[in-house]
Amino acid sequence: MIRAEKLYKKYGALEALKGLDVEIKSNTLTYIVGPNGSGKTTFIKSVLGLVKPTSGNIFVDGTKLNGIYNYRAKIGYMPQIASFPENLSVKEVLTLLKEIRNVNEKFDDELIHLLNLEKEFEKRIKTLSGGTKQKLNAVIAFLFNPQILILDEPSAGLDPVSSSILKDKILKEKNAGKTILFTSHIMSELEELAEEIIFLLEGSICFAGKKDELIAMTGEKNLERAIANLMVGEKV
Amino acid sequence: MNALKSIIKYQVHDTFRSKWLVVYTLFFVVLSYGLLSFTNDSNKVILSLLNINMIVIPLTSLIFGTIYLYNNRDYIILILSQPINRKTLFVGLYLGLSVPMVLSFLLGTGLPILIYIRNFKEAGTVLLNLFVGGVFETFIFVSVSFLIATMNENKMKGLGLAIFLWLFFTALYDGLILITLQVLREYPLEIPSIIFTILNPIDLSRLLVILRFDISALMGYTGAVFNQFLGSGFGMIVSIISLAVWCVVPLFFGLKTFSRKDF
Repeated sequence: MIRAEKLYKKYGALEALKGLDVEIKSNTLTYIVGPNGSGKTTFIKSVLGLVKPTSGNIFVDGTKLNGIYNYRAKIGYMPQIASFPENLSVKEVLTLLKEIRNVNEKFDDELIHLLNLEKEFEKRIKTLSGGTKQKLNAVIAFLFNPQILILDEPSAGLDPVSSSILKDKILKEKNAGKTILFTSHIMSELEELAEEIIFLLEGSICFAGKKDELIAMTGEKNLERAIANLMVGEKV
Repeated sequence: MNALKSIIKYQVHDTFRSKWLVVYTLFFVVLSYGLLSFTNDSNKVILSLLNINMIVIPLTSLIFGTIYLYNNRDYIILILSQPINRKTLFVGLYLGLSVPMVLSFLLGTGLPILIYIRNFKEAGTVLLNLFVGGVFETFIFVSVSFLIATMNENKMKGLGLAIFLWLFFTALYDGLILITLQVLREYPLEIPSIIFTILNPIDLSRLLVILRFDISALMGYTGAVFNQFLGSGFGMIVSIISLAVWCVVPLFFGLKTFSRKDF
């Protein structure tokens, strides 16, 4: 479970998060939505310890984050942009991460096979296409069988086949009891995957609840329209 | 500790495979071999190498260091999302860049000298000090570049600052000291001039070599003061300790900034 209490983050004069109180339950697939600059990435990065909140607390499975780092062993993160040392091979990048985590067994390498990444193992990162790097990014997020998965725009840059493989994998992990938190701008993806929705607007929560509740609340016929409704602020 | 070892190991692999490091090594090979081909006088070769190294090593270390951190930002984010201490990553990146650069300098300068080693029979200590100075310069200026890159989000600002610092330490600094000494010539200036030298790592490395030469005319004012006040042996110890402090202090502040930084 991930819980944020009165989370504030200021970047100089800009207030990215304004007293965010939110709880992401275990074993749910939660989708964070909001217009650009609403604080989605700042929130995700705060959970990962990449951004230090100005005030407030975050708890991951009851552990308060105050400069600790071991809790990240429970988290698999897929950032929006994939970047690795360009002169290392794919295999070396994976070995490096295994060594950092000090894990030698029980890897979830299903995505490596499904995304057909074995043939790229000996290639250097600089020779890979953007899409292949993104596939590697996805593999890394799932590799250590983490209890919590944080996926920032997981389908961006992936071809339709890889994207659907990834979606299936996300659902499979959800059914296996994982907590999944993701952002996406592809509405069809939300309709298919999301259970819980957190709608952020200017650093505050505008809506947090089940997908069906949001649709009912806005009176729209599907999630895409319900979210569009929230974005233009007609029925909040 | 294991995580640190892994970061260093793979960063070193990455740096060793990059083209710019090959070019950097070749530069030293050509320079060292070229100078050795011109003359048999080992002192002249060492002094020329010293003067060129003191310009090239700080510049490349500053530029490579800042670009390295800026270019690896997304990779840093990926690694920081793993269960790893920020300090471990920072030190790992630092050693992952500086160690290959040091080896490249030692190899590039050292190989041609090994070929002509008979010319250097009586210049063993001076030669050793030349290498020690070059190694320190790399560690110091990579450390300064990491501080600059962690403190400045803006890449152009960071690079500009790195170039300015290089210009300051290699050229402006000595000019400013000369002006100060000239203006205050009525006063005893030995101690201030020692302090001025300690505050510039490039002057310190230069002194390290020059103190080993017996020709006092080469020492310049600060060298002579160092020699006179501290003696050649003690002067060396002071220089080496000051150089070590110069490595550690920027790295320490860089580490502190990196630990607090938002990515």
